Amino acid sequence: MNVSGWRRLAAPLLERESQLAIQRTHNIKYMKHIWKYLLAGLLCMTTVCGAFAQDSPSPAEAVAAAAVAVTEAAEGAAEAAKPFEKDADYVEMIKAQGDHAYAFDFFTTSMLWTVIAAAMVFIMHLGFATLESGLTQSKNTVNILFKNVFIIAMGILTYAFFGFNTHYPGDFNGFFSLGGAIGDLNGDGGDTFGYGGLALAMTGYGDFIFQAMFAATAATIVSGAVAERVKLLPFLIFATLFVGFAYPVVGSWHWGGGWMGKLNGGNGFKDFAGSAVVHAFGGFAALACVLILGPRKGKYVDGKLRPIPGHSMPLAAIGVFLLFFGWFGFNGGSVLSAAPGPLGLVFTTTTLAACAGAIASIVVSWIWFKKPDLSMALNGILAGLVGVTANADIVSAMGSIMIGLVAGVIVVFSIVFFDKIKIDDPVGAISVHGVCGIWGILAAAIFENGSDDLTIMGQLIGVVAVGAAAFLFSFVVFYIIKMTMGVRVSPEEEEEGLDLAEHGQEAYPNFVENK
Amino acid sequence: MKKIEAIIKPFKLEEVKDALGDLGLEGMTVTEVKGFGRQKGHTEIYRGSEYTVDFLPKIKLEIVVNDDQAGPAVEAIGKAAKTGKIGDGKVFVVPVEEALRIRTDEKGDKAV
Repeated sequence: MNVSGWRRLAAPLLERESQLAIQRTHNIKYMKHIWKYLLAGLLCMTTVCGAFAQDSPSPAEAVAAAAVAVTEAAEGAAEAAKPFEKDADYVEMIKAQGDHAYAFDFFTTSMLWTVIAAAMVFIMHLGFATLESGLTQSKNTVNILFKNVFIIAMGILTYAFFGFNTHYPGDFNGFFSLGGAIGDLNGDGGDTFGYGGLALAMTGYGDFIFQAMFAATAATIVSGAVAERVKLLPFLIFATLFVGFAYPVVGSWHWGGGWMGKLNGGNGFKDFAGSAVVHAFGGFAALACVLILGPRKGKYVDGKLRPIPGHSMPLAAIGVFLLFFGWFGFNGGSVLSAAPGPLGLVFTTTTLAACAGAIASIVVSWIWFKKPDLSMALNGILAGLVGVTANADIVSAMGSIMIGLVAGVIVVFSIVFFDKIKIDDPVGAISVHGVCGIWGILAAAIFENGSDDLTIMGQLIGVVAVGAAAFLFSFVVFYIIKMTMGVRVSPEEEEEGLDLAEHGQEAYPNFVENK
Repeated sequence: MKKIEAIIKPFKLEEVKDALGDLGLEGMTVTEVKGFGRQKGHTEIYRGSEYTVDFLPKIKLEIVVNDDQAGPAVEAIGKAAKTGKIGDGKVFVVPVEEALRIRTDEKGDKAV
């Protein structure tokens, strides 16, 4: 949607804002005066008491003296309450807002929250890096970390070069519009609430940086599933195409104002923070790549499943907690302003779903496997988070708990299922992001509080379209790469470990010889 | 000179070290190893799939002593490392041809 579209959307919000702000200014005026009266009263009391105690001046004189003192004190205090008036730049900035000075206050708070949220989504990359490292073997750790470093670097850059404007093309045919590099996003009023109104209360750069952080998370979902046997350069090429082109194009179908706005009888597809366009998108791409890549050597021997345990449960746990923390920015920032109502709700539903997911996974895996499995508990947290990502702002607290519980149950069965049908996913990315992404989208229709009029069919069509697009794009591209460069390391390289084979470096060198 | 190699259960290390110290033997080298003898491995479960781990963590303790200290040392280790359950470990004694204390260039029995 372009800027004028946002303005139209924001008009009712602006109205409400002006009403609230008028009330606020009245309150402020009263507040300013109230303490004057309090001070006056206090001075009166002390003077009068003092007068009685010392019995020097007469009561009338004392009161007069007190009155003079009060006025002088009040004036001095009033002066003290206006320090910013001496700051000409601040005054100019507020005056420049004209009638919208009150909205500017909300806007600055919102923009601040947006950039903080962007930083929190960024830290999720550290979470992915540590989680993936922890759940794979130590001989491949450098390789995992390298892929994660590349993905965030490449993701942000491609988003700047063409991703952002492809993701949000303004008026387009609803399916595809290749955009160019970002220009001066502060220009043309992009540095104030005119950019997106109060419903997208951030500057152009704020919008860019927040969305850019999301883009790279889609590719990193794939990197976990293909770990320990994918060849490095082919994967980097695939990830660049995937994040650079596929992600913004598919994202434009929904967030960019594309054809998915016609779903649900015109009410539009509901995917609050990206259960479909980020998580299911990544999950089904991962599925495609893993199908082409094949399982790790030694995982399936003589028709039997031989588990390959991760090398560091502490790293895996650290990763999940970092992801949990970052998710507050992922979902919280998707409120797209600092509107207190939705913000508090989203923080609450996000957390409750994560916790419920953990408990559900713990219960299911404990009963099923007779022993409590830490990696399942961790995946349960993530499952709950993915499940609530589509609907965090339109469900109740109890609803989010239900969503998390179901996600936690689903993910355990899904992980075991994929393992059984010989789809080797070392970190459970397909189950956590793909399968629970679908659940989150459907849960939006099931648990919504009625504000969006969603239908299960409408939501299903949307998420199937996104998942299918991700799967098809990835299958085709990865297959082409396989035919041209190959996508898998040799069996010897896989045995030796990718750290030595691809990087010539060790993650945990012991007895290093320095020559 | 004799080298004593003892494979013991990891939690017994402190006891064995103290027992050897009581004999006046203060120097040793330890390594973390895995192994099994008659003690069967155990079953682990990872993400719903069971697998058997045959190798169990042990500690290998190596100490070089003078000929006359070898017997008492083996006895002390045996007593300190025993739990009476399968997997207690084994002790081996091998002859040592030469020894050198690097700091002082002492050789032979003086180096032990």
